[in-house]
Amino acid sequence: MYFLFYLVLGFVLLFLNNDVSKAVITLMNIIVVLTPLIGTIFGVMYFFNSREFTELLLAQPLRRRTIFIGQYLGVSISLSLSLVIGLGIPFVFYGLFQSASIFNFLSLLMVGAFLTFIFVGLSFNIALANENKIKGFGYAILMWLFFAIVYDGIFLISLVMFQDYPLDKFSLGASMFNPIDLSRIMILLKLDISALLGYTGAVFQKFFGTNFGMFISILVLSLWVILPAWGIIAQAKRKDF
Amino acid sequence: MIEIKDLHKSFGKVKVLSNLDLSIRKGGIFAVLGPNGSGKTTLIKSILGMVVPDKGSIRIDGQEVLNKFEYRNEIDYLPQIARFPGNLSVKELIKMINELRSKPSKSDELVKAFGLVKALDQKLGHLSGGTKQKVNLVLTFMFDSPLVILDEPTTGLDPISLIYLKDLIRQEKNNGKTILITSHIMSFVEEVSDEIVFLLDGKIYFKGSVANLKKETGQKDLEHAIATIIVDEHI
Repeated sequence: MYFLFYLVLGFVLLFLNNDVSKAVITLMNIIVVLTPLIGTIFGVMYFFNSREFTELLLAQPLRRRTIFIGQYLGVSISLSLSLVIGLGIPFVFYGLFQSASIFNFLSLLMVGAFLTFIFVGLSFNIALANENKIKGFGYAILMWLFFAIVYDGIFLISLVMFQDYPLDKFSLGASMFNPIDLSRIMILLKLDISALLGYTGAVFQKFFGTNFGMFISILVLSLWVILPAWGIIAQAKRKDF
Repeated sequence: MIEIKDLHKSFGKVKVLSNLDLSIRKGGIFAVLGPNGSGKTTLIKSILGMVVPDKGSIRIDGQEVLNKFEYRNEIDYLPQIARFPGNLSVKELIKMINELRSKPSKSDELVKAFGLVKALDQKLGHLSGGTKQKVNLVLTFMFDSPLVILDEPTTGLDPISLIYLKDLIRQEKNNGKTILITSHIMSFVEEVSDEIVFLLDGKIYFKGSVANLKKETGQKDLEHAIATIIVDEHI
C-alpha cells in the first residue's frame, strides 16, 4: 500500500510539474512530514500487534537484543524500501539518469530513509515504555506532532521574543534537536536554495558552507538513529513480559 | 537442577515474590500450587528470563541464568495463555520454531497424536481456544529438553487430549526429565505430580509429597488440604 502510494505520488508530481527539480522540492515537503508520521504509526502498531509473537520468541534461546533490534530493522527497512522503490520507479521512467537533479533526488530518498529509521526507533521506545496500547499510540502521535509542527512554532516564537539578541547559535542548536527540521535544511542546502528557508538556512550555510553543513547534518541524523536504537536495547533488557 | 536463592520481585508497589528460596532436584514432576496472584507465573517467568527479578539468583545445573539466553535451549516452556501471531498458519509456526533451535524435533508425531493434521494449513487466528492449546503443547513437547515447564497445561483441552497429555508427561518423566507444572485442577496435580510446592503471597509454605501434605493438615484430599493451609495463614 505504502509502496503504491509513493509510486502514484511520484508519477503525479512529475507530470504536474514537468520538471524534476521542482518535483523534488514538492516531494521534500511531503517526505519531511509524511515519512515520520508513517514511521511512527507503523512502529507503534507493529510493536503492539506482535506482542504475542515477541513473548513466544522470548521463551526461545534468543538474545533479547536480537529480538527487538530484529523487529526494529524489519519495520524500518521495509518502510524505507517502499519509499525508495516507490518513488524511484517514476523518476527513472521520467529520465532521471539524464537529469542533473539525480543527486538531489538521491539525497531526498536518503533523508526519507533516515527519517523512517529515526521515527520507527522513537516509536518503539514509546511502545516499550507503555503497556497500555491507547496511551502508547497517543504519545507516539504527540511525539510526531511535536517534531513536525509544535517545535517549529516554539522555535519561531522564541526567535521573535529574543530578537534583540544574536540568535545564530541558538537557531543552529535548535534545528539539530529536531530531525525533521534538520532534514529539511539538509535538502535545501543540497538544492542550494537555502536562502529560501529564511533565517535558519542562511545561518546554517553561512556557518558551515554547503559541504561541511551536509557532513554535520548527516552526523547528527546518524546520532538520531543510534540513540533510539540504543534506547530500545536498554529498555528491552529491563522489561518484564 | 534448579537452585533459586533470595528471589525478590515487585511490580510497582505490589510485592509478588519476596525472599523466595527453592531448590528442585533433577528428575520427577513438581507442581507449583497457590491461589491466584500468589506468584506462580512470575516465578516461572523468572526462571525463563522473561521477568527480570529485582534481586536474587537462579541457577540451573550450577549455571547462573540471569541475563543469559543460551540456557533456554534446554528448556521447553508452555505459556499459560496460548497467544500466537494470527497471520501465520500452524505449519509455518511449527517450522519457524523448529528453525530457531538446531535440535531434532518430533513435531510430526505430536501433530498426529493431537489430531492437528487437518488444522496444519489454517491460520492461527482462526483456531479455537482448545486447538490453540494443542498447538501450544506440540511446540512445547517437540524438543527433547531436560527441563519442561508447563503453566496451566490443561486449559481448554478435551478429555482425549487430556489423557494423552498425562501420558506424555509420565513418558517424559520416565525419560528422566524434570517437569514443573502449575495448575488449579487438584485432581490433575494429585494424579501426576511427585512433589508439591505451595506458594502463598510470594513465599513457599509447603514443599513435599502429596501424602505428606495430607498427613500434615489432617485432610483426606488435596483440595481440602490446600484450603486448610490458606485458611490457617489468613486467620
